[in-house]
Amino acid sequence: MAQVNLRKVVKHYDETPAVRGIDLDIADKEFVVLVGPSGCGKTTTLRMIAGLEDITDGDILIGGDVVNDVPPKDRDIAMVFQNYALYPHMTVHENMSFGLRLKKVPKDEINRRVQAVAGILGIGELLDRKPKQLSGGQRQRVAMGRAIVRNPKVFLFDEPLSNLDAKLRVHMRTEIKKVHQKVRTTTVYVTHDQVEAMTLADRVVVMNAGLIEQIGTPHELYHSPATLFVAGFIGSPAMNILPCGLEETAGALNLRLHGGITLPVPAERVARYRSQAGKQELLLGLRPEHLTEMRTPSAPGQSPIEVNVEVTEPLGMETLVFFGLNGAEVCARTNPAANVQPGKRAQLLADLRHMHLIDRASGRVL
Amino acid sequence: MAAIAPTAGAARAARASSLKHERRRALYWSYFFLVLFAVFFLTPPIYMLITSLKSSAEVGAITNPWWVYNPTLENYKALLTSAEYLTFFRNSAIVSLVVVVVTMLISIPAAFALARMKFWGSATLATGVFLTYLIPETLLFIPLFKIFAWVNETFDVSLMNHWWLLIIVYPTLTVPFCTWIMIGYFASIPKELDEAALIDGAGYLQILTKIFIPVAIPGIIAAMIFAFTVSWADFLYPMAFTTSADQMVLPAGIVTTLIKGDVYAWGQIMGACLLGAMPPLLIYAFLMDYYIAGLTAGATKG
Repeated sequence: MAQVNLRKVVKHYDETPAVRGIDLDIADKEFVVLVGPSGCGKTTTLRMIAGLEDITDGDILIGGDVVNDVPPKDRDIAMVFQNYALYPHMTVHENMSFGLRLKKVPKDEINRRVQAVAGILGIGELLDRKPKQLSGGQRQRVAMGRAIVRNPKVFLFDEPLSNLDAKLRVHMRTEIKKVHQKVRTTTVYVTHDQVEAMTLADRVVVMNAGLIEQIGTPHELYHSPATLFVAGFIGSPAMNILPCGLEETAGALNLRLHGGITLPVPAERVARYRSQAGKQELLLGLRPEHLTEMRTPSAPGQSPIEVNVEVTEPLGMETLVFFGLNGAEVCARTNPAANVQPGKRAQLLADLRHMHLIDRASGRVL
Repeated sequence: MAAIAPTAGAARAARASSLKHERRRALYWSYFFLVLFAVFFLTPPIYMLITSLKSSAEVGAITNPWWVYNPTLENYKALLTSAEYLTFFRNSAIVSLVVVVVTMLISIPAAFALARMKFWGSATLATGVFLTYLIPETLLFIPLFKIFAWVNETFDVSLMNHWWLLIIVYPTLTVPFCTWIMIGYFASIPKELDEAALIDGAGYLQILTKIFIPVAIPGIIAAMIFAFTVSWADFLYPMAFTTSADQMVLPAGIVTTLIKGDVYAWGQIMGACLLGAMPPLLIYAFLMDYYIAGLTAGATKG
């Protein structure tokens, strides 16, 4: 069993806090992605799990054992670095077998394992080459191979795809997922790219300013964000956030956006938001795909709004429409057939059944 | 459009021509200075070669000093059959090679520790290493005399007038500089490489021997060339610390044995110096690329 547990883990660099007390339980064979903006503490957390950084406070457990003072080589982990960190003077075979040779694994066994892993990763032809003779994608595979061949308890990936070009990144993302499906090893993966996080993870851990904002499946994070930060961070284009107030009239709740626009809260959400009635310091969160071209007949919970379109971005399968509302720039995803034109007024449909109401002061989703 | 195109084309052509002109002028100046420096630095060895091919009589005669009228290899024959000269050569070779080995044994681990194993005072120590290199040997040889005298009094071991003493003394000149250039070289090796090795199960000694040394070969060769050149060519210490002919190395031996009173065996002195310059010359010729790569490491991000 190779679960990883973080208990109130704190890391300070001199007086600067990098990680401010996080708890995280990663199950055996689980693929967990740590995601967040630069400086949120995700890489520091990974490096603490690897043993490359001392922890200031708390406990890290791998396979149930506290490893706070265990050196990296005895933690039975393998790490893939952002810049690959292949040994430049060694061939691919030597790179992959370096750890095994240090452990004095018999030569036949080393060869067998290297060949098997090279087969999985499709690098069997490259075993005699030096890293400088490889392309970026091939180097990345070798770096993964070096990790897999040791058969560790835990894989750690530190932004492994950020040095690759966009096309290769998408391809390698699929490769990593395939490898995990074949190898089934507990994996902790760090990235700042939320698309990578969503596509790879069993569970995503969103970090911000040294703290965990939310832990959940990609579906949960996307559809039920816990905080304003998660709501804004996950999803591309980002969720539209509009300042609003909540008013109760004759048992019904209405969202009043600044500028006189009033949108009725769908009936199924009324009970959930009733206690917030009368509050003015709220934020309405609505994803671009829930703001579409006008469709008739509209379902209950869908409200039409009329806007002045500023910019359109035709992407082929959809057209992104941007307009100003309440002083904020808002994005809608429309059907190209609706032919929304920049500089003109357009009728859009807000699907409030998917709305999020956020308390502006605490940043919590209500 | 039709009116604009030729104008733009002309402007472009004028600019290109001006660039070409400037480049040519820069090249002229480069060649001028290169020739100047080449003449400046090559004149002494050429004069040495000419003189070494002359007999003593011709050296003393009032003839054109830049021409050999009766070329002879007598000087070289005399040198290569002289037991003394071959002893100097052997002493120099042993001293230089051993100094290179000793320097590397000290400098490589020191540079690794200072570049990678952050410990209290490591930055100050790294600067300190460089500062010791700045102290000239002319200031050091008198204190070194005192130390040798103290060693002699305390342990009854005489260090003076032994060629192997230079193996102890030269590293004081070579270790600081070699450590310094290797700190720079090691620092240019990505940190992730040692972290990957740490995770792969390597200890610090294995990281040094299996990763750093092979990766830093150009830097190490540059340091080795430096250590070799310094110990091969040093004049002051062997003059100060060795007195008998059988204990001398080349630079001291040549001037001590080939100048007898006020009689200078010019032909042999020049020949001996040229022969003595051969080993460093050959090393530079074959390893120049490594030397330059080593000295410029870290200047740009590779």
